[in-house]
Amino acid sequence: MSELILTGLKKTFEKGTPNAKLALDDLSLKAAPGDFITVLGSNGAGKSTLFNAILGKFRLDRGKIILGGTDITRQKDYQRALNIGCLFQDPMRGTAPHMTIEENLALAYTRKASRSFFAVNRRDSAYFRELLSSLKLGLEDRMGTQMGLLSGGQRQAAALLMATIAEPRLLLLDEHTAALDPGTAEKVLALTRQLVEKKHLTCLMITHNMQAALQMGNRTIVMDRGKIALDISGEARQKLSVADLLQRFHAMSGHDLDDDRILLSQSKQG
Amino acid sequence: MTIMNLLISALSQGMIYVPMALGVFIAFRVLNMPDLTIDGSFVVGMCVCAVVTIAGHPGLALLCGALAGALAGLCTGILQTKLRINPILSGILTMTGLYTINFMVLGGQSNLYLQKTALNSAGVETQVACDTLYKSFRAFLVDVTGNKRLDANLSAVLLTGIIVIAVLAVLAVFFYTRPGMAIRATGDNEEMVRSSSINADRARVTGIMLSNALVALSGALLRQQQRYDELNFGSGMLVVGLASVIIGQVFFGKRSVTLGLISAMFGSLIYRVILQFAYKIDMPSYAVKLLSAVIVVIALTLPLIRRLIRDRRAEKEETA
Repeated sequence: MSELILTGLKKTFEKGTPNAKLALDDLSLKAAPGDFITVLGSNGAGKSTLFNAILGKFRLDRGKIILGGTDITRQKDYQRALNIGCLFQDPMRGTAPHMTIEENLALAYTRKASRSFFAVNRRDSAYFRELLSSLKLGLEDRMGTQMGLLSGGQRQAAALLMATIAEPRLLLLDEHTAALDPGTAEKVLALTRQLVEKKHLTCLMITHNMQAALQMGNRTIVMDRGKIALDISGEARQKLSVADLLQRFHAMSGHDLDDDRILLSQSKQG
Repeated sequence: MTIMNLLISALSQGMIYVPMALGVFIAFRVLNMPDLTIDGSFVVGMCVCAVVTIAGHPGLALLCGALAGALAGLCTGILQTKLRINPILSGILTMTGLYTINFMVLGGQSNLYLQKTALNSAGVETQVACDTLYKSFRAFLVDVTGNKRLDANLSAVLLTGIIVIAVLAVLAVFFYTRPGMAIRATGDNEEMVRSSSINADRARVTGIMLSNALVALSGALLRQQQRYDELNFGSGMLVVGLASVIIGQVFFGKRSVTLGLISAMFGSLIYRVILQFAYKIDMPSYAVKLLSAVIVVIALTLPLIRRLIRDRRAEKEETA
């Protein structure tokens, strides 16, 4: 459980060219330890850029990232990954397809595992089996199966375990259920909630599902043009309906909502 | 030549090329990356081994040859990861540069005989052949068995076989340790390796170094056995290695990394047996490279052809 403090993050891609795009515009955010923040915003609002900035996929033009009291702004991506777990929309991204489930978990666990000669060993295996059985997908009996043979949902569930296996200080979820069928997505979301609660993780979750955004976690932010346009939590958030949120979204952003997916989820739920 | 002799001769060649096949397997199958350094590191292994052997350390020569290959791999690895140069081009650049290095290692000439100046019984300076591991090993076997007419090829197969099995065993274990697994995972999904807080660049460079060290070890072994070198010897080595790996796959499939290593070994042996038979039916030696290239092309297109045939058959069944 750790505090995440982002101060004045700024990033322009292709600066000095006609294609210059201001992706993060002096963005600041303070996430208290144990905060579960859902992140909304139309395409190009800077949600994924924000995640990539935290993950260290590119250098910021300006700004500071402090996680659990440590300034990680200058750390390399793999160094930050010691304390950050992440999961993306594509289940393929988080797992190695030609390695077994057990090897995948062992690799993810390398961060915090005690030293051992072989990567896969009896002590860790018992722990992995226990973790896998908590998924209730029967994967604990298939630890020697190649990851690539699992379905998208199974892979994403396994990837979620991998992202949280090393007790990260921060968990980043980028639409991690968007590529799954509704039933599986529901299951993975439930699993997410359960894992985040059990480990008291500080967590940011990007979603296009407004319902889920309001139901899950304790705080919701809406991003627009590289900034946080709306930040609601507590009682105000509990009272908020999807329709209210859309209305405020329109009012705040002051420009046309041209995101099909948000409009779509609006028509589905409204 | 009897079949037995033919097989022993094929094996003595094939064994020497096993480390190279293992190296190619690591580059192509484990790291999933075409590495053209291999053509150059084979020769660097030969040249460094020659120089150290002449200096009188045949055992150390193998080790030095392999280390020189690892350095070549380090160079390619740095070009690829730190300088972000395209992997294929990185290999070509190192390979090209190595030509000069190899020339310099041989003391500015393109051939170096494994011989040294010594005084003969009459006190006159003459050139005598240097000791090689193969020579010492045969002498040792002759000593032990008392068989003075021991086939040199047979003792060579035994020695190379022992070295190869030891290398294979170490590799098989290595790929299940944490650094070894990191290399496998880097070839499979580099992003996942990074997000597991493992330095994927380092894993990749280590893998390339390991691969090229093995290739150079083959070069060093060959150098001690055949006693001459040739700066162009490495050209096409990559294709030979790839042919071995693919032939091995035909027999063993591609399941675990251990099976992959073993299949690369048998692939290399089978490939040499095929070559020996081709020579037997009067294939000229210059045809080797074309044959290797054709084998690789056929092996790589087999899955496609198999699929075409299956589709055709399915279509027929539907229309019938």
